[in-house]
Amino acid sequence: MRNLLKYFKDYKLESILGPLFKLLEASFELFVPLVMAQIIDTGIKSRDMGYILGRGGILVLLGIVGLACSLTAQYFSAKAAVGIGTRLRGDLFRHINTLSYNEIDTAGTSTLVTRMTSDVNQVQAGINLTLRLFLRSPFIVFGAMIMAFTINVKAALIFAVAIPLLSIVVFGVMLITMPLYRKVQKQLDQVLLITRENLLGARVVRAFNRQEDETAKFGQENDTLVRLQVFVGKISALMNPVTYVLINGAIIVLIWTGAWQVEEGVITQGEVVALVNYMSQILVELVKLANLIISISKALACANRISGIFALKSTIVEKSGDAYNGSGPMPSATGSEAVPKVEFRNLDFYYAGAKEPSLSRISFSAMKGQTIGIIGGTGSGKTSLVNLIPRFYDAAKGAVLVDGVDVRDYSLSGLRSKIGIVPQKAVLFKGSLRDNMKWGKKDATDQEIHRALDTAQAAEVVMSKEQGLDLMIEQGGKNLSGGQKQRLTIARALVRQPEILILDDSASALDFATDAALRKAIREDTKDMTVFMVSQRATTIKNADQILVLDDGKLVGLGKHQELLENCQVYREICLSQLSKEEVAQ
Amino acid sequence: MKNKSTINPHASGRGGTAAHESQAGTLGIPECMPPNGRQTFIVKRILDYIGHYKWGVLLSLCLAAVTVVTTLYAPILIGDGVDLIIEAGNVDFERLKAVLWKMAAVISITAVSQWLMNHINNKITYHVVEDIRTKAFGHLENLPLKYIDSHPSGDIISRIIADIDQFSDGLLMGFTQLFTGVLTILGTLGFMFYVNAWIALVVVCVTPVSLLVASYIARKTYAMFKRQSETRGELTGLIDEMLGSQKVVQAFGYEEDAGRRFEEINERLRGYSLQATFFSSITNPATRFVNGLVYASVGVTGAYAAVNGLLSVGKLSSFLSYANQYTKPFNEISGVVTELQNALASAARVFALIDQEPLKPEDGDAVELEDARGNVGLEHVYFSYNPQVPLIEDFNLQVKPGQRIAIVGPTGCGKSTVINLLMRFYDVDSGCVKVDGVDIRHMTRKSLRANYGMVLQETWLKSGTIRDNIAYGKQDASEEEIIQAAKEAHAHSFIKRMPKGYDTVISEDGGNLSQGQKQLLCIARVMLCLPPMLILDEATSSIDTRTEIRIQKAFAKMMEGRTSFIVAHRLSTIKEADMILVMRDGHIVEQGNHEALLQKGGFYARLYNSQFAGT
Repeated sequence: MRNLLKYFKDYKLESILGPLFKLLEASFELFVPLVMAQIIDTGIKSRDMGYILGRGGILVLLGIVGLACSLTAQYFSAKAAVGIGTRLRGDLFRHINTLSYNEIDTAGTSTLVTRMTSDVNQVQAGINLTLRLFLRSPFIVFGAMIMAFTINVKAALIFAVAIPLLSIVVFGVMLITMPLYRKVQKQLDQVLLITRENLLGARVVRAFNRQEDETAKFGQENDTLVRLQVFVGKISALMNPVTYVLINGAIIVLIWTGAWQVEEGVITQGEVVALVNYMSQILVELVKLANLIISISKALACANRISGIFALKSTIVEKSGDAYNGSGPMPSATGSEAVPKVEFRNLDFYYAGAKEPSLSRISFSAMKGQTIGIIGGTGSGKTSLVNLIPRFYDAAKGAVLVDGVDVRDYSLSGLRSKIGIVPQKAVLFKGSLRDNMKWGKKDATDQEIHRALDTAQAAEVVMSKEQGLDLMIEQGGKNLSGGQKQRLTIARALVRQPEILILDDSASALDFATDAALRKAIREDTKDMTVFMVSQRATTIKNADQILVLDDGKLVGLGKHQELLENCQVYREICLSQLSKEEVAQ
Repeated sequence: MKNKSTINPHASGRGGTAAHESQAGTLGIPECMPPNGRQTFIVKRILDYIGHYKWGVLLSLCLAAVTVVTTLYAPILIGDGVDLIIEAGNVDFERLKAVLWKMAAVISITAVSQWLMNHINNKITYHVVEDIRTKAFGHLENLPLKYIDSHPSGDIISRIIADIDQFSDGLLMGFTQLFTGVLTILGTLGFMFYVNAWIALVVVCVTPVSLLVASYIARKTYAMFKRQSETRGELTGLIDEMLGSQKVVQAFGYEEDAGRRFEEINERLRGYSLQATFFSSITNPATRFVNGLVYASVGVTGAYAAVNGLLSVGKLSSFLSYANQYTKPFNEISGVVTELQNALASAARVFALIDQEPLKPEDGDAVELEDARGNVGLEHVYFSYNPQVPLIEDFNLQVKPGQRIAIVGPTGCGKSTVINLLMRFYDVDSGCVKVDGVDIRHMTRKSLRANYGMVLQETWLKSGTIRDNIAYGKQDASEEEIIQAAKEAHAHSFIKRMPKGYDTVISEDGGNLSQGQKQLLCIARVMLCLPPMLILDEATSSIDTRTEIRIQKAFAKMMEGRTSFIVAHRLSTIKEADMILVMRDGHIVEQGNHEALLQKGGFYARLYNSQFAGT
């Protein structure tokens, strides 16, 4: 929470002037009943029309000055709130960009998006409200009481009793209903869950003929919801009548006490009217204050959540000082043919918070120009393994070396510029096809892009759409099929002509013929590239120079197809489950 | 706005007929105003729902009237009281006491009737909402799958949840505030004119200024809010895209470019937000200022009248409190009107869902299919999802009891279409599907489906315990039966290892289970009922080898002696099938057994060669 307070620093002036002008306005408002009392006591009693008009003018003047003050206050508050909101949003975005895969996994994408959008907006609105109103309402409540004291102490004591009572009712009802409303929300979520479940499982529900039961279940949950709602409604419906009784009860007492004071000549009739006016003002402000507190507590909760995101620190720390950018000379034997392009040395890897390792004791070397196939069941650690090469995660033990240098000694950008990655999920971004391709290389020429598209078997995709590289891609690539997207993401990685290409099960949506053509093209067009190919299909990796067989995070096989068939049981099992005996032997 | 455009096709269609209907009726909506006609129609529908609670509504209206009258009476009593306190030695305590007692009574009545009214309104609103929601959900279970398939589930959910909620808010506000608001305005006017027409005139003339100011500001700020929300939308789009694919962003080192684009939009948003926030916040001070003017003019004219003996000081104080109150309902009503409009728009979306044509009712003479032998026939079947795009044309197939049919083809070729037709999730356009020689359209859907066991690749589980899920098709299954089914589905061993065994609660959509485990549970679910015919969808990937072998065994066990349709991916299944249906782009391009199809050298042969024969 503290770390957010610094944002007020840049808007110190606005944050002080806003409430200040608001207070000025409120104090002008408090004078109104007094002026009215003078009209009654002096003007009417002495039948002095000039005096009455003069006081009327003062009332108008108070209004004008009040308006000016409050506009100033609104402007300063809006400026501070919007300014802080904007800066907060920008900082949050930049901060999230520095987070590593680890933190993104833990926090979850949708959470991050909510923090950046609705939470920041809520905070912004909360700041605005706080600056504008938080001081105003209490000021008017207590101001009214103080004014009452200036008129008559005995009458003012009624205020001193009424205000705490009113506060108890207003805040009491709020405190009681708030958790109940949360319960209502939870029950509503339950109703939503059933609805979603029944939509997604419509086929199964019907296949098992459970429509009526599901409807009955829904009816039950819905009924619970309504009962809760009515119950909360009953309590919160108490607020208005009870406060009404309190205020008007106080007015009755006020008039009765006032009557005695007038009888004794301590106060005047006009002053009784002024006291009644002050009393009425209090209620409005108390209710406003209660609502304000709800909004502010919501905004505070949002601020806390945002603060939680700021507290996340990337676990991938760049080496300070002399991080290697990947191109200049490096003390160790770079560039020599004998140095493996990528090497894993006795590596263990854990996901954050996991007790069991996701990869354990992995060692292998991939030479320049080699194709490495990686196969294994779900959760066997294939994706984890390739994610370690660009240092999306850090190993717990052992090391990954690229060109003989520990990846932790590289600068992140230097390391990652050597690598082209095609993730499992084909993601493209809103914008032209050219823009998307330039993600791989900022200054790529059309020619380079076309070459990459050719290799990725995506030239046909571009042709079929006619607009060429100007083809507009919708958010998430919605206007393309799964296979088209995959080929384009492959092309995007190829545009930068990386030294290392990682294909993480990136051909799953391609038909087998295209898949084969793609592999052939990659082999031919990119002779010097070291290619990592993750796949579930045996056919895809069969012809690789080396095949890594993973099972439950362990490297259970390493070698060529034939060797593995002979001496790796897991590999044989996988092949046999997908291919016939003859095909396996081919 | 977005919402509106999505419902328009339905709503305006409905609206058109509604306008005609109401014109033919007594409402007399001019034909040139279809939107109004539509609104009237929707309001009528809502009134139908509320009609069930008409006594409650009537009572609530009476209470509202009582509340308004007593609320307005209180300031007058206060005025009367003040008039009895004139100056030192001139206070009439006896009459004052009477007035104050009267006031206490009035206040109590107000409080009680206000509370009762709120309570009744709450009750009515929530029950109306419950009725509509239950109806909408019940309707959902009765809609053709075509509707569910072709509408994003998020959209339907938001109709049933968010829209109905919005509607209930609007209804509640409308109930409590619209009626009392109007009544208060009328009552105030009446009281004021009764006490002193001249001062009342002053109030009536000055107050509209406050409304004009408010609506002027609202109109001015509308454009600013629109720009703000558009820019906000743009920013959210970017955030969604960049954070949603944060890993790709980092892989390609795009962080800085993303930051730059973000900053640009964020700066623009700052400008628009400042304008929108500031200008909209002018409304309150401005109306407060106008109210201040009203107060001052009432004070001065009232004092003038008092000087001339036309008005007592007490009456003046009543007037002053009226002047304070008078504008409040106006502001509330304008809020209520927007809220009500939103509520109507939401109601229209909900009704559009409820009005969707439900499934064709079963034939009157529909038969119950009992223990099918497993003869399945498709005769001259034509089917398409979209009349412009023919899909299945003149498709014929005869399946004998116990045969295995493999359906193969590339991803997305429409294999699920066949399942849709067999289970009668969709009806054929022409031709017919028969089971045991009877057209399935002459059977009850229930009995037809009870004869199929279905395991889909998209595993769907309910949130609930594992036991509930396995017993989904047979609720009265005994513990032994459930465990037996789980054992046969090779699911027992992993269930036993779960923290609470069969009582382990599965979170929504089986979040705490692996894909393979979910599939095994789906198999166990069918294993428990074991109907005479099966529809199975083999997993393509994402299941580890061991689990996959288990699933294969479970499938094999189930298929023994049963007519089975399998969406097949593995060669062994395909080779063992009695018949292979080869599908491509939604069409069945070839059918026959493995050898025959290979010899034919067509699409299947090519598929086979590229997929299974290696490169």
